[in-house]
Amino acid sequence: MSSKRPADGGVFALFGPQLRAVGLVLPLVAFIGLTFVAPLATMLSRSVYDPVVAAALPETLRLLQAWDGVHVPPEPVFETIARELRTARQERSLGRVATRINRVRGGLRSVLTRTARRVREAEGPAWRDTLVGIHAAWDDVQTWHAIRRAGERFTARHYLHALDLERRSDGHIAPRPDEYRVYVSLLWRTLVVSLSLTGLCLLLGYPVAYLIAHAPPQRANLLLLLVLVPFWTSLLVRTTAWIVLLQTQGVINSTLVALGLIADESRLAMIYNMTGTMVAMTHVLLPFMVLPLYAVMRTIPRLHMSAAASLGASTIQAFWRVYWPQTLPGVGAGSLLVFILAIGYYITPALVGGRSGQLISNMIAYHMQTSLNWGLAAAIGGLLLAFVLVLYLVYDRLVGIERMRLG
Amino acid sequence: MASTHNAHVEFEHVSKSYDGQIQVVRDLDLTVHEGEFLTLLGASGSGKTTCLMMLAGFEAPTSGTIRIRGRSVHDLPPRKRGIGVVFQNYALFPHMTVGGNLAFPLEVRGIDPQQRRERVRRALQLVRLEGLEDRRPTELSGGQQQRVAIARALGVEPSLVLMDEPLGALDRRLREEMQYEIRRIQRSLGVTVVYVTHDQQEAMVLSDRVAVFRRGRIEQVALPETLYEEPERPFVASFIGENNLLHGRVLSVEHDISRVEAGGQIVQAFQVGPCKPGDPVTLAIRPERVCLAPKPELYSNRFEADIQDITFLGDHLRLRVAVCGSTDFIIKIPNIVGHGAVLAGDRVQVGWTPIDCRALTPDEKE
Ligand SMILES: Nc1ncnc2c1ncn2[C@@H]1O[C@H](COP(=O)(O)OP(=O)(O)OP(=O)(O)O)[C@@H](O)[C@H]1O
Ligand SMILES: [Mg+2]
Repeated sequence: MSSKRPADGGVFALFGPQLRAVGLVLPLVAFIGLTFVAPLATMLSRSVYDPVVAAALPETLRLLQAWDGVHVPPEPVFETIARELRTARQERSLGRVATRINRVRGGLRSVLTRTARRVREAEGPAWRDTLVGIHAAWDDVQTWHAIRRAGERFTARHYLHALDLERRSDGHIAPRPDEYRVYVSLLWRTLVVSLSLTGLCLLLGYPVAYLIAHAPPQRANLLLLLVLVPFWTSLLVRTTAWIVLLQTQGVINSTLVALGLIADESRLAMIYNMTGTMVAMTHVLLPFMVLPLYAVMRTIPRLHMSAAASLGASTIQAFWRVYWPQTLPGVGAGSLLVFILAIGYYITPALVGGRSGQLISNMIAYHMQTSLNWGLAAAIGGLLLAFVLVLYLVYDRLVGIERMRLG
Repeated sequence: MASTHNAHVEFEHVSKSYDGQIQVVRDLDLTVHEGEFLTLLGASGSGKTTCLMMLAGFEAPTSGTIRIRGRSVHDLPPRKRGIGVVFQNYALFPHMTVGGNLAFPLEVRGIDPQQRRERVRRALQLVRLEGLEDRRPTELSGGQQQRVAIARALGVEPSLVLMDEPLGALDRRLREEMQYEIRRIQRSLGVTVVYVTHDQQEAMVLSDRVAVFRRGRIEQVALPETLYEEPERPFVASFIGENNLLHGRVLSVEHDISRVEAGGQIVQAFQVGPCKPGDPVTLAIRPERVCLAPKPELYSNRFEADIQDITFLGDHLRLRVAVCGSTDFIIKIPNIVGHGAVLAGDRVQVGWTPIDCRALTPDEKE
């Protein structure tokens, strides 16, 4: 303890303020931990950790450890798996086990369920013959590879899957067959869409922010209000409004037809496709670009432009050399914000994206809600998270995160 | 001096209104000569900056004409006017280094990098900031920023430089130092400078001539001494230095000397401008020109005055007396041996000569 401190205050004098500060933020920390960090961590752990198969078939997997991987395994393995499958069926975990193995190798679900159902009747010493009798797949080495792979508690399977890769039975990683490849192209599309959205928001938002930042206070308030209105209306209302405007029989198409600009039979498809996604998302995300830009622009004295002009710069030179560089912290902040929001955006593409306007987050939702492949959903989510973090680090390296101005 | 051929800048009946109602600059006529240091002096809001901005081209006059070297500049954008401007808050570009700021005017003009470097170096030398080109403006002191702003404005090699309260943000000592610098630079380059300030002392120190602004109008343009010695308006008389203003009425005028009744006394005063008996006038008498115990043969104006209070100010004493209807009449007497032991409450004789008492046409009411 420092000699300057009064001795009688003791430990409490030293830690009192800090303790109180900790006490004040504790509820928030607990809240965030409980509702954000913990679910996130659980979700992410699912992308690499899956104990279901390992818990249901422990003996089989132990025996398979010693298996050479070239020939069909010996008789005791057949006996063990028959027993464990039966147990799993009784304990009602067979469905989950079968689903997981099926994900590693398609078609195995029915093999497993049928075997578990029939194996009760077929008791006898010739386990191998019995099982092969139930389904010929048991005579296939690939089946056993799949079981062994599905039994790994820790697995990169989901990440590989999310990148359209798979591990072949000989252990090396290769692209999946063409007809199964969806995620990389979807990720790629999401990236392109997010980038385009960011660019579009910047293009649309920059002049607006400029106008607001340099308007007289009353007009600036009004304009700011208009920009913020999207924040205050329900997302569903906004989206519905876009549907009303953009659909085939919607306001815009009808107007164009009425004006004779397009023929009735060639109405524009502006919704339930990529156009719909882009339009609606730009609308949703625009304020996130305008606000940081506005905050930065407000601090740039107008005199700078006058000064540049008096120093001989044309308006264009003055803008690019003097104004634009000073808005970069806002451009960075706004772009990062919009991009990060766009890359994980879910509800708008789901509502107005149709088939071609879906993004990667819709795929995450699909695996969470419909196919119930949470491991894969978590892996895709993990990839997105990693991507955003990398982006953040790159931004920090190039621009410096402390220069980012959000308001 | 005021011949037209060496007029650099001319304002002719220039008026300006931002909102269409309030005239910020009213019917302004002003000539700035080639190579002259002219200061616009006036209270806050009197339209000084507006005048500079119109001259620089950032604002357009509502009516009237501005000429530079005889050519009307209304259709000339700021960047083509060739005027260097030093703004009130410097307006240095924070995202560029000092060198970048100085190179900016050269860069937009397409001057090649090597020559640019050389000229930046010379500019820094001129304002005595060698070796600071890699600093950011925020890493400079106020005085250094000011020098950079001046050097940058000179970068376009202007023949005319406008400065809007360039020393407003500096402390007193630095101000005085910078005043000297500005004068030195102006002399060495021979440029015309139009300078704005509301500090009359600064105006006196720097200027060849001073234009006193009041509510969008010029009250008087003259040499600093002339403004002090021969103010033509009561506003100028009290704005430049200290003055006692007495209100009175003309009784008669004879050879520039008028007899004025003020507070029941008859005062002889030097008449400025035409007037006739019965006109109201404002008399301006400098505190240091008033004499205690005046000799009758030298001072035709002699009155009894009651001393209200006395302030000791080191080199002089400051007396507040009641005389000629004013209870706020100030007298300064130098602190020399035998200044006379006067006390508050004493009745004394005070006096001044007609030449030191100027009878001016009263200012119109606000
Ligand atoms: N851009 C503008 N729009 C509207 N009114 C303005 C504008 N600029 C100045 N004014 C008004 O014009 C008047 C004169 O302003 P100006 O800036 O010329 O005064 P100034 O003499 O430079 O004062 P200061 O010493 O405070 O700088 C003020 O009443 C001011 O409110
Ligand atoms: Mg001003």
